[in-house]
Amino acid sequence: MKIPHRPLSPHLQVYNLPLTALLSISHRITGVSLTLGIVLLTLWVFSAALGEEEYNLFSLFLNFWLGKLVLFGFSVALFYHLCNGIRHLFWDIGMNFDLKKTMLADYTVLFSSIILTILVWFFALRDLI
Amino acid sequence: MVEFALPKKSRVVEGKTFHANGNLKNPKRFFVYRYDPDKEENPSVDSFQIDLDSCGPMVLDALLKIKDEIDSSLTLRRSCREGICGSCAMNIDGRNTLACLKPISECKENVKIYPLPHLPVVKDLVPDVNHVYAQLNSIEPWMKSDTPPPASEERKQSPKEREKLDGLWECILCFCCSTSCPSYWWNGDRYLGPAVLLQAARWINDSRDEALGERLDQLEDPFKLYRCHTIMNCTNACPKGLNPAKAIASIKSKMVERLG
Repeated sequence: MKIPHRPLSPHLQVYNLPLTALLSISHRITGVSLTLGIVLLTLWVFSAALGEEEYNLFSLFLNFWLGKLVLFGFSVALFYHLCNGIRHLFWDIGMNFDLKKTMLADYTVLFSSIILTILVWFFALRDLI
Repeated sequence: MVEFALPKKSRVVEGKTFHANGNLKNPKRFFVYRYDPDKEENPSVDSFQIDLDSCGPMVLDALLKIKDEIDSSLTLRRSCREGICGSCAMNIDGRNTLACLKPISECKENVKIYPLPHLPVVKDLVPDVNHVYAQLNSIEPWMKSDTPPPASEERKQSPKEREKLDGLWECILCFCCSTSCPSYWWNGDRYLGPAVLLQAARWINDSRDEALGERLDQLEDPFKLYRCHTIMNCTNACPKGLNPAKAIASIKSKMVERLG
């Protein structure tokens, strides 16, 4: 018997993703961004190895608004990935699977990554001024 | 494979709108996914209006009212109407649940009803779950033991040993969890999914079962078990309040423990 064509039921298009799922995909996205960010970090070290002139040129870019924006994105990604990574360690040892605790951890991760980002930029900009 | 968009022939188009006759005292609109295998048309979403004053409290009541009074061709699975058979699992207002356990009062203004996500649709709200059942079969969900049972009694368990099965045996195999899992959407051909892995945990944790090593060997695979990334959609979806994510984590722990 020939099996008739069967459409695929809608998935992402209709699913109302819970916060935990959104944080999970963010973990991936920030992970990929951090990998790309490592290239920037390497370039920075590399420029220092090349000499003073090259280093200053690269610093000029980083101090430009676009460079600052990239650095800001990198710091957000870093702290979010760090905090959520710690939460994953708890999951890996079998803790925090109850929905209430998971929700609490969702907000803790968001809150602490925002606080850490603000702190770093507070100290960074304070030294610049 | 990750494919965010629906295939061309699966894309949902606008369907028919059914207006209720006369004045309704307590009107409510339901948007329901429709697919007719006898027509060569894309799936659509039909809209029905019913009077809640003459309808039972649950979404399943509303669907049956629509089937009885407006469009008898509306197709869905249902049986027990009390959350123990798992037949009426579907996606209501964006979350997978059992239509018989979901009160209409908890739904949004316009209730949207789709079949369980990312499955081939047989008709309307009836998805094809053959593959999920085949996966369930693959973990051999029955007791395996080399030791013959005691001559004159059943195989005994202490209350403590029996306790380990709580939160596992209650699963009704509605597959709300598996079909809520993005990992299962993208890798469902090889990843077993939360429902089947919870069943695996049910036998792994059974003190009477003697095939622990064999069961773990079977799951030691980059896809079958380890595509779980703790997204937690399964636990969020389970209409019976079970925790498949935790069950999967317990299998992962067992994998590490046996390394010594």
